[in-house]
Amino acid sequence: MRELMLGNAAFARGAYEAGVTVATAYPGTPSTEITENIAKYDCVYAEWSPNEKVALEVALGASVAGARALCCMKHVGLNVAADPLFTAAYTGINGGLVIIVADDPGMHSSQNEQDSRLYALSAHLPMLEPADSAEAKEFVLRAYELSEQYDTPVIVRTNTRLSHSQGLVETAPRRDIALKPYVKDIQKYVMMPGMARKRRIVLEKRMREMETAADAIDINRINMKGAGIGVITSGVVYNYVREALPEASVLKLGLIHPLPEKLIKKFARRVDKLYVAEELEPFIERKIKEMGVPVTGKQIFPPWGEYSVNMIAEKIGGVKRDEYDFGALPQRPPVMCAGCPHRAVFYTIKKLGLTAAGDIGCYTLGALPPHTGIDTCVCMGASIGMAMGMEKARGEDFTRKLVAVIGDSTFFHSGLTGLTDMVYNGSRCTVIIVDNATTGMTGHQNHPATGKNLKGDIAYAIDIERLARALGVKHVRTVDPFDLKALENTLKEETARDELSVVIARRPCALLDKKTKLPQFVITDACKQCGVCLKLGCPAIKKTPRGITIDKAVCTGCALCENVCAFGAIETAEN
Amino acid sequence: MTDILIVGVGGQGTLLASRVLGNLALSLGYDVKLSEVHGMAQRGGSVVTHIRFGDTVLSPVIDKGGADIILAFEKLEALRWSGYLKKGGKMFVSTQEILPMPVITGAEEYPRDIAERIKAAAPDVVFVDALSLARKAGDIRTLNTVLIGALARRTDIEKKAFIEAVKATVPKRAIETNIAAFELGYNL
Repeated sequence: MRELMLGNAAFARGAYEAGVTVATAYPGTPSTEITENIAKYDCVYAEWSPNEKVALEVALGASVAGARALCCMKHVGLNVAADPLFTAAYTGINGGLVIIVADDPGMHSSQNEQDSRLYALSAHLPMLEPADSAEAKEFVLRAYELSEQYDTPVIVRTNTRLSHSQGLVETAPRRDIALKPYVKDIQKYVMMPGMARKRRIVLEKRMREMETAADAIDINRINMKGAGIGVITSGVVYNYVREALPEASVLKLGLIHPLPEKLIKKFARRVDKLYVAEELEPFIERKIKEMGVPVTGKQIFPPWGEYSVNMIAEKIGGVKRDEYDFGALPQRPPVMCAGCPHRAVFYTIKKLGLTAAGDIGCYTLGALPPHTGIDTCVCMGASIGMAMGMEKARGEDFTRKLVAVIGDSTFFHSGLTGLTDMVYNGSRCTVIIVDNATTGMTGHQNHPATGKNLKGDIAYAIDIERLARALGVKHVRTVDPFDLKALENTLKEETARDELSVVIARRPCALLDKKTKLPQFVITDACKQCGVCLKLGCPAIKKTPRGITIDKAVCTGCALCENVCAFGAIETAEN
Repeated sequence: MTDILIVGVGGQGTLLASRVLGNLALSLGYDVKLSEVHGMAQRGGSVVTHIRFGDTVLSPVIDKGGADIILAFEKLEALRWSGYLKKGGKMFVSTQEILPMPVITGAEEYPRDIAERIKAAAPDVVFVDALSLARKAGDIRTLNTVLIGALARRTDIEKKAFIEAVKATVPKRAIETNIAAFELGYNL
C-alpha cells in the first residue's frame, strides 16, 4: 500500500517491518514522532526512558539478549547517550541495533547545531542517511541487515526537514524475525581492559571491511548526466541538488560512514569540476581531500543553517533568483500559551529580581521579553549544576537572589545528579521545579512522574517531593503558581533561607488541562491603562487603540491578570 | 508542479489544511511532499507548511520566489512570507490580525499598511474574512477550510475532489461544519 507518511512515521514503519520488538527514546524535536509512531504497534515494547543514555542502554541490553532493538534521539541526545554508544561499538550486537539520530540544521528547535556524523567517525560506527520518507523506511530495514551482518550498532541520521516532511511510502508486511539465542560471552560483552583491547582490533577490522563494501553497496549510487559538473551529496540536500542542477552528475551517498573511496575517485575522474553539497560540517569534503581529490565545498557553502534549491542553484549553477524585499517586520517569536502555569513563575522571578539559571523546555521561553526571567540555557539539567557553580563563584549574598529553574521531565532526565551534587557539596540555593505534569515542548509525552507510560498504560508515578527529600533536601515545598501570593512568599522565604530548598510549582500544562473550565476575564471601565497586565506577556491580553482588552477566544481564566491589577479592573465575565 | 505555501500562527490549524491539500493531490494521482513545523515554533510562533505536488517531487520545501499559491491565515504572516510567491502567483489572505508579543508589549507596532504592501508583492491577492465565515459555518476552527474553499474556486481542479479531500481529512464529527465552511469560502 502507498501512503503519505511523515519521515518520522516512515522510520517507525521501517523498524516495525524489520521485526523490532524493543524501542526506546527520550522525546526531542525533531525525533519525537518516531517513537510515538512505533508505540502504536502492539507487538513492539516501546518506552520513554528518563534520558537518552538509559534509552540506549535498554536498547543495547535488548540487542544483547537477542532482539532487534531501536533507539531514537535528537542530536544533543546523542551527547547524553555517547557513553554507552562508544563502547557498544566495541561489544557489537546480537539482535540488530539501530540508533536514529535527528540533527537540526538551522536550529528550528535546538540549542546548538552539532553534526552527528562526527560521532559516527569517532565511535567507529556505520551511518546511513536517507533523503525522503520512502528511503527513511528502506534504510532502517537495510540498517538492521548491516547491523547483523557486521555485528555492529548502526546509526541512521535524519534531520528536521526529513523527519518533518511527508512523502509517499510503500508499506510491506512485518518480517518474522526470531529472537536470537542469548549466549553468555564475557569476551564480547564485558568491556574491561583485557577484553576491550581485543575488541578494539575487531572494531578496526570491521570498519575496514565495511569501507571496502561501501564501494559496491547499492545505496551509494552514481547518476551520470554531463561530464561538466559533478556533485557528491547525501540526505535531504540530494533533493535540492537534483532540482537545482538537473544537468549535473550526482553521486548520492546513502552510507555516509565509512565513505567509499574507490567510488568517489571513480566519480571524480568522470567529471570536470567536483563539488560536495553537505549541510553543517565539511565531513565528506575532508575525507575526499584526504584522498587527494580536489573538491569544492565549504569554500562556497556556509557551515551553518539549512541549504536550499536556490542556494545550490546560485553557488554551483551561478543562477541567482530575484528576491523581493518588503522591509522590516515585527518578529513573531514563540510565546508561552495563555493560561501557561510557567508565566506566574517568571513574573515572580522578575518581580523579586532573581538571577535564574534556566533549562530546556517550554519554560526557556521565560527568557524572552516581557519576562526576561532566565539568565542561562545550555543543556538538559544544566540549570542546577550552573546555579551551583554561580553560588560557589560568587558566595552567599549572590545566592540569596539565585534560583535554578527546571521542568519536571527535565528534572528526571538530568536534574537528579545536579541536585545530588548540591546536597553532597553543600549548596544553599533554591531549585524551582516547574511541574506541569508532562513533557510540554515536544508535544505532551509522559514521564516518570505522570503516572502513565508511553503506551498510555498506568505506571508508577514517582513522587518528586519524596524523591527530593530522600536525596537529603530538607526544605521541599509545593505551591500552585496560580496562587501568586503564595508563590511569591514561598520564593522569598526559600531564597532567604541559608539551606538548600526545592520549590515545586505545580499546575498541569494549559494545553493538557482541557477539562477545567475556569470563568474567563474581562477588563472593566475601572481600567487606568497602566499596562501592568501587559507585562504578563499573555497572548490573550492586547493593547488596542480603544484600550486594553482580553481576547475571549484565547483567555483560559487563569486569573493571573486579575491578581496583578491594582485597580480591580479585571473581573470574571460572569460578574 | 504545483507549490503551495500555507502560513499562519502556531495553533491556527495550518497543519490540517496542508493535510487536506496533500490528500487532494494524492487523490489526483500525483507525487506529493509536505513539509511541516513542529516543536518550539508551534507555541504561537510564525509557522509555515509547504505542499508540493506533480509528476516527481524532489525538495520537500518551496524556496523564495517559488510558490504558485500562498494561503495565509493571518495578515502579518501573509506579508512576512509574500517573498515566497512566484511572479504571477496567487495569494489568499485571511484578514484576521493576531498581535505578536513584541506588539502586545509595545516594543513594536503592527503595520497598518499590510494590504497595500501585499498587493505590491502579489497583485493577484484575495482577502477573505475567514474568521467571520468560519463562525457562520458554526466553528471558528474551520477558518482553514474557508480558505481552502476560496482557493478551490480559483483552480482548475474539480470542486468535488476538494470536498472529498476535506471529508477524508477532518474528524468525522466535524465534516458537516467543514463542508459548510468550504462552501462559504467557495462562494465568496
